[in-house]
Amino acid sequence: MKGYRKYFGKKILWFLLTLVAAVILNFILPRLMPADPVAAITGKMASGMTDASAVQEVYKRYEAEFGTNKPLFQQFLIFVKNLFRGVLGTSFSQYPRKVSDIISSAIGWTIGLQLPAILVGWLLGNILGALAAYIRKGFDKVLLPVALFLSNVPAFGMAVTLLVIFAVNLKIAPVSGGYAFDLLPSVSWKFFQSVISHYQLPFWSVVLVSIGGQAIGMRSMSIYELNADYVKYARFLGIKDRKIVGYVFRNAMLPQVTGLALSIGTMIGGALVAEIIFSYPGLGSTMYSAVTAADYPLISATTLIITVMVLIVTFLLDIIYGFIDPRVKAAQFDV
Amino acid sequence: MKHTLRQVFHSSKFLVGFIIFLLILLTIWIYPFFNPGNPLEMIGVGTFARPGSYVSLYDALNTSTETLRLADADDKRLDKLLSDTDRISMLDWFDSAGVDVGDLDIEDTDTLLDLWFANYSSDLKPAGMTNAKRNYYKRLNNSLMQVRAADTLTITDVDEATGDPVTKGTVTKTDYVNIGQVANVKRLPLGTDNFGRDVLKELVSATGTSIIIGLIAGVVATLIGLTLGLLAGYVGGLADDIIMFITNIFTVIPSFVLLILISYSIGQEQRGASVVAIVIGFTSWTWTARSVRSQVISLRNRDHVNLSKLSGHSLVRIIATDILPYIASYVVMAFILQVSSGILSEAQLSLLGLGPKTTVTPTLGLMMNWAMLYSAHTNGSWWAYFPVILTITLISFSLNLMNTGLDQVFNPTLRD
Repeated sequence: MKGYRKYFGKKILWFLLTLVAAVILNFILPRLMPADPVAAITGKMASGMTDASAVQEVYKRYEAEFGTNKPLFQQFLIFVKNLFRGVLGTSFSQYPRKVSDIISSAIGWTIGLQLPAILVGWLLGNILGALAAYIRKGFDKVLLPVALFLSNVPAFGMAVTLLVIFAVNLKIAPVSGGYAFDLLPSVSWKFFQSVISHYQLPFWSVVLVSIGGQAIGMRSMSIYELNADYVKYARFLGIKDRKIVGYVFRNAMLPQVTGLALSIGTMIGGALVAEIIFSYPGLGSTMYSAVTAADYPLISATTLIITVMVLIVTFLLDIIYGFIDPRVKAAQFDV
Repeated sequence: MKHTLRQVFHSSKFLVGFIIFLLILLTIWIYPFFNPGNPLEMIGVGTFARPGSYVSLYDALNTSTETLRLADADDKRLDKLLSDTDRISMLDWFDSAGVDVGDLDIEDTDTLLDLWFANYSSDLKPAGMTNAKRNYYKRLNNSLMQVRAADTLTITDVDEATGDPVTKGTVTKTDYVNIGQVANVKRLPLGTDNFGRDVLKELVSATGTSIIIGLIAGVVATLIGLTLGLLAGYVGGLADDIIMFITNIFTVIPSFVLLILISYSIGQEQRGASVVAIVIGFTSWTWTARSVRSQVISLRNRDHVNLSKLSGHSLVRIIATDILPYIASYVVMAFILQVSSGILSEAQLSLLGLGPKTTVTPTLGLMMNWAMLYSAHTNGSWWAYFPVILTITLISFSLNLMNTGLDQVFNPTLRD
């Protein structure tokens, strides 16, 4: 167990370091730009005001709210202190709602949609890829081009295509939203049903897009493993094919876990854009409305939350990897 | 080199991808010769004109006619006139007027019309029918009668002096004009978009811009990744530690988020297509840096590199002659992937409203953004967004196919 502690300790250290870097970037990137953000915001807010002193007043208020009149380092300390207390500021576009309120009402939808969708896509993709590697011949000949093509359809493209086919033309699924517009979120059978029917299209669009890439990765990993020396040796020893295949796919799975950890950021980026197409009430749509309304506090908070989510998922995958990879296990016990 | 190229072009996957990409490039190059002009010119006043050939009605009236007697002309007119909703409405009328129609197929125009003229009467007031609905049936009946009658349309002009209408000519049902003789015929194979622009022309120009964005992003990302990877891998030590620290952090922080933050901070005015491309490149170099580093580490202690070192060759020369040729295939493959993901990133950014400035050049992402803003997907204007999705998919498909082909050439274990 001592070896594991070291492995996990290292992973936790990396997680914290990356988190700090992410917070710093989130803070500093918008402030690095030559333009004064407060002036830009004041310009938007005060358009139509003719009184110069009133504009000055607005500018002063925003300057105080964002603390841009203080030195950069002090601003950062305030930013971090507020983060720890969960204070993310007030939204411009949905004034006077707090940013943390908006985020907490959206985050559940995003996690509920994307986590299952990416996992299902990953699983289905891996199964198909492994089958293609094992069966080869006809199945592989058909699967590979289809998977390649599917994996290149952008997530928003798949979303629009599914939306047009199933919601607009066939009318068997709702067009937009997370639940019917005439319902309020509540714990009732009717609401639950509405959520499920609105869930289908966004879910399948993410799944379909992620299947392709995973299938291709798993296929080449499996082919690589099937040609490895230990497989040939096992065949000479007369070990049953079924048993060998079990070992092969277990080994081929491992890089796929790392692959998922590395690509989760990209996948979530695509899936967030797909949310916009369906006006799904998650973080993607929140970010979209924040960008269109130039709602700076909301943009900053959404990007930070998404980063933290990706960091946590990556960290968890790293931990899982430590448990399932015998090589990591062996390395830890050797030390 | 020659041998490698021959081997690469022998791979069917690479070849198919290469041909698709080449065809796309050729279209971008050749199409403007046939349809020159500004791709953002708003030719249509309305939004989302359907794909097809548009014949100027004014010019058609002034073109000499031929008389053609076609047996099915009336039927075709009726077919066009009667929409599916009209047909269903007619059935409704039969229903409420108590006419027994049996198993009537509403697509059977002849029977439907025979039944209609035999039974319809504007004086009839079926119970429960609103006045508006009755007026609708009256209008429908009138237009049906018009098609049945052997009418000629009279074209009149207004006499400027007296204000009286002057007959200029007549058009009969059997008059036809040759489309080739009409002065103005505009072909819009993909219709117009929400601003009334020619979608095909815009699409071709947007594809070009998007590919350039992808190329710039790819070059920037590859240069940064290659430099950092070479430094980390070959120099090692502290440089390696620092570079890998940064690389690891940027691998985990989603580049999508960085892109949004940077693009938002730059602001709409400064955000031209090339700026967006450079920003995309700046956020997507980590893959290249990592793979180049691991390749270089395995090369660093090979005999030929050591020999070079002993001969006193400079660092630059060792890297250029002893290291780069060995990792070239990986770098090219990574570059191809960067190009395709750069095009995708631009599209996603534009959909969020953070794409390039909207007034100068069209890009695939902006076209998608416009189509979505004007809800082309819910009002059935497939030509405004579907060709865009297909183009993005095809570009990225062809690039990835080339990449897979290269992978199979350079990694013999993956070969079929």
